[in-house]
Amino acid sequence: MTSRGPLLTVLLAGAFGLCVGPFYWLAMAATQDDKDVFSWPPKLLPGGHLLDNLQGLQESIGLTRVLLNTVVVAGVQTVGAVVVSVLAGYAFAKFDFRGRNLFFVLLLSTLVIPDTVMLIPIFQMMMELGLIDTYQSVILPGLVTPFGIFLMRQALRSMPDELLDAARVDGAGELRVLWRIVIPVNRPIIAALALFVFLGAWNQFVWPLIALRSPEMYTLPVATATLQGLSTTNYAHVLLASALAAIPVMALFLVLQRQFISGLLAGATKE
Amino acid sequence: MSLAPPGRVPERAPDSRPASGPGSGDPAGPAAAAAPRKTPGRGDPGASTDPGSHAAHGRPATPARRRLLTRGSFPYLLIMPAVLGFAVFKAYPIAASFWISLTTGSGDEQRFAGLANYERLLTDPLFWTALKNTGLILVVQVPLMLGLALLVALGLNSTKVWLRPLWRLGVFVPSLTGLVAAGVMFSVILNRDAGLLNWVLSLFGIDPVNWLGSPFWARVAVVLVITWHYTGYNAVMYLAGLQGIPKELYEAAMVDGAGPVRRFFAITLPQLRPILLLTVVLSTIGTLQLFDEPYVLTGGGPDNSTLTVTMYLYDNGFTYFDFGYASALAYALALIVSVLGIIQVRLMGERR
Repeated sequence: MTSRGPLLTVLLAGAFGLCVGPFYWLAMAATQDDKDVFSWPPKLLPGGHLLDNLQGLQESIGLTRVLLNTVVVAGVQTVGAVVVSVLAGYAFAKFDFRGRNLFFVLLLSTLVIPDTVMLIPIFQMMMELGLIDTYQSVILPGLVTPFGIFLMRQALRSMPDELLDAARVDGAGELRVLWRIVIPVNRPIIAALALFVFLGAWNQFVWPLIALRSPEMYTLPVATATLQGLSTTNYAHVLLASALAAIPVMALFLVLQRQFISGLLAGATKE
Repeated sequence: MSLAPPGRVPERAPDSRPASGPGSGDPAGPAAAAAPRKTPGRGDPGASTDPGSHAAHGRPATPARRRLLTRGSFPYLLIMPAVLGFAVFKAYPIAASFWISLTTGSGDEQRFAGLANYERLLTDPLFWTALKNTGLILVVQVPLMLGLALLVALGLNSTKVWLRPLWRLGVFVPSLTGLVAAGVMFSVILNRDAGLLNWVLSLFGIDPVNWLGSPFWARVAVVLVITWHYTGYNAVMYLAGLQGIPKELYEAAMVDGAGPVRRFFAITLPQLRPILLLTVVLSTIGTLQLFDEPYVLTGGGPDNSTLTVTMYLYDNGFTYFDFGYASALAYALALIVSVLGIIQVRLMGERR
């Protein structure tokens, strides 16, 4: 029995290596000259071409603009989706109102309908509204996330009613209860939700690929994919773009990993 | 209870809420609470200003003007953004997509064509190829990934393992990567002549594999990449489930002389069933909609061996602008996803 510890540790370290190893290689490859990306054996130490590659990306995809687009789209979509989810989740968790169950079931049932079903009508709608190739076209469809509303409802249900009532008794209006009690008390789970939404918004690909037309509007994943489609792909550049896409999310995750994992667990274990 | 100033709300009792409290999903219960809800008690403090679920007899009356946002209308304000977004970006597109699937033509010249698109679909060899590819990936990848995830979770749950937080962090990291970033990264790692993977294999004396160039290995590559991407995510979900299993169950089983294998099948698996079901359904939905990885890794090739239904849908809709046919494909896919989802819930959920 006692000998199982070291063995398990080695196995898990192996799994860790399989998961993290490719990222290490990616980080190293992003600093190589294009030729050296495909050298044999692979270069597993930093090369000296990081700045060259950044400059190359700036020239080929307009890196600063593309990053700005991605930050704007992911940022606004995250704030919007979190607000919508917190409000609706709170209503579903703590209020009785006519139509509550019906709407909640309708909302959840869209989880099993593939997003691809909605692509074409939303595309046509955006065309008619003249929104294709704008930030709005990418952001708007992502504002209602059934998963986010579900997660918030699960989390807010466990909040004691006495807490809310105490504030009401003290004369606080409903908005004040929401702003001063509900949101502060649930800040960790709201942070977790924000991370989830940001993760999805930062990495989303299919819809921006369809909704965006001009290269100066592209987000990082779309720009990266177009780079790779070129016949004379500079792989050091593409890999650097991929690394750049991964870095902010990982940094956020490292800072907020406790919230992130507890959020994942809240969605997974309750009910 | 203890949070409310006791002197001011003497009669409040925690269980004065109806059993049908929010989210219990019981439509009959709230009917009782529903009656006062329609008259939200504006200027009628005697009728209680918070309808329904709360007994507030001891509450001092509040001036009506401070109750502009009553509990009657407030929830509707809360859900308004969600309802609007749902109507515009979920309900309408789902309905419209069905209508479009009954038309042919492109752009402004859509005309009604009945079930022509669905008939075309049944005899379209590429659709069946795409469906076969998707099904093949599903059947191989989902069990492989979830099995691995369960093993990783069991390992991470063992108190004998050193440095557990580090391993947990590491296995979760791939699921943070975007599909494009992962796809691009692996398209180079899987390169036949100079990729990292073939180099590692060469250290063990294994000949280079043509990962992305042969139909068989291209499918294997897609499976490997998706497995790499999502195993850790599922492992962390399972870990959550494992940590929620009461220790007493294991202690009792050990007293009864059950060995580790017996304990796993008699306690761990049944206790994990809700989460297993969740991951099976989510993975199935995700795999059936597979698009990004093959799009970036192989573009559907070689020889359409990794063409998926969603890729084919995308090609028809946004390369050929055949919206009618693409919508029919979308609905066919939705049907398959729903049917499989229902079967899975039935199979795994019934013996509760």
